[in-house]
Amino acid sequence: MSVEDPPAGPPPVPRARHYRDKPNPSTADWVRFGLRGTGQTLITAGLVILLFVVYELWVTNIFAHEKQTKAHNQLEKEWAQGKDPLPQDDPRLTLPGGKQATIPIGSGIANLYIPRLGPDYHFTIVEGTDDGSLEKGPGHYVGTALPGQIGNFAVAGHRVGKGEPFLNLDHLKPGDAVVVETKSSWYIYRVKGNEQTGDLNDRGTDGIPGREIVNPSQSAVILPVPDHPGQKPTEKLMTMTTCHPKFTANQRMIVHAVLARVVPRVANRLPKELSGGTL
Amino acid sequence: MYVWIWRHLPGGVPWKALQTLLLVTGVCALLLFVIFPWIEPKLPISHVTVNQ
Repeated sequence: MSVEDPPAGPPPVPRARHYRDKPNPSTADWVRFGLRGTGQTLITAGLVILLFVVYELWVTNIFAHEKQTKAHNQLEKEWAQGKDPLPQDDPRLTLPGGKQATIPIGSGIANLYIPRLGPDYHFTIVEGTDDGSLEKGPGHYVGTALPGQIGNFAVAGHRVGKGEPFLNLDHLKPGDAVVVETKSSWYIYRVKGNEQTGDLNDRGTDGIPGREIVNPSQSAVILPVPDHPGQKPTEKLMTMTTCHPKFTANQRMIVHAVLARVVPRVANRLPKELSGGTL
Repeated sequence: MYVWIWRHLPGGVPWKALQTLLLVTGVCALLLFVIFPWIEPKLPISHVTVNQ
């Protein structure tokens, strides 16, 4: 018998490339199949969630930045044309018949500067606090006071993602300037709280603190006199709201400021509170 | 699943790799531009206003 002789019997079956290709998968094969499927599903889910984090922290900022730039340019254009989206004469914004003058939702109304958050920090505040408006920039609660008015100029802004205008709202200290630019004026608000001790929780003489953490249902923080329902406003306040803690929406961080001074807007000049300012 | 897809893609390895890349890009685009923007407002993560 020579070694070149073909082997006896049927030719060898080629090894299955995959266990499912086997004619009779065993129980162990099915278990392997199930485990592999579960593993792949879990890995896929993990990757999708990771991608969602990338979306929230990065992609939404790109979209929001584009919208913010558009809103900003639109407002600058209107100002250059001599138009002011804010109603001028009636300080309470009330028309005959008790109706409120309406500013188009989502349109820019003013610029916001907060030197504590960086020399380049500026956002155009838009009218309205719906999702679409807040994607463009900080949004003015419809019906609350306008910049410089008696009452409470209330503004909401995203903390994480979507342009994150209020990411570092917790860095503000009592006395910090919050500068609002309208077509006619610069309004310099100062964060409330005790400037001597630096205590933001100090409620001062009017019972309004510099900062408070509240439940989302606590809408009293944007009342004309925050936290004091029914009281007639005498002060010119500004309130900023955002989510708290970061990355969640369990609570809201609220920062209150009070108007310190107003300077008329002059072309190409900034108020002292901003770097290079002279007004 | 991934093995199944790989085996059903036509062509040789380089051609399969190119198709895989296109598939992955497509799925990522679908997630980023359609699914995430749709699902995001329904999640309680980016609410910044107080209820009015």
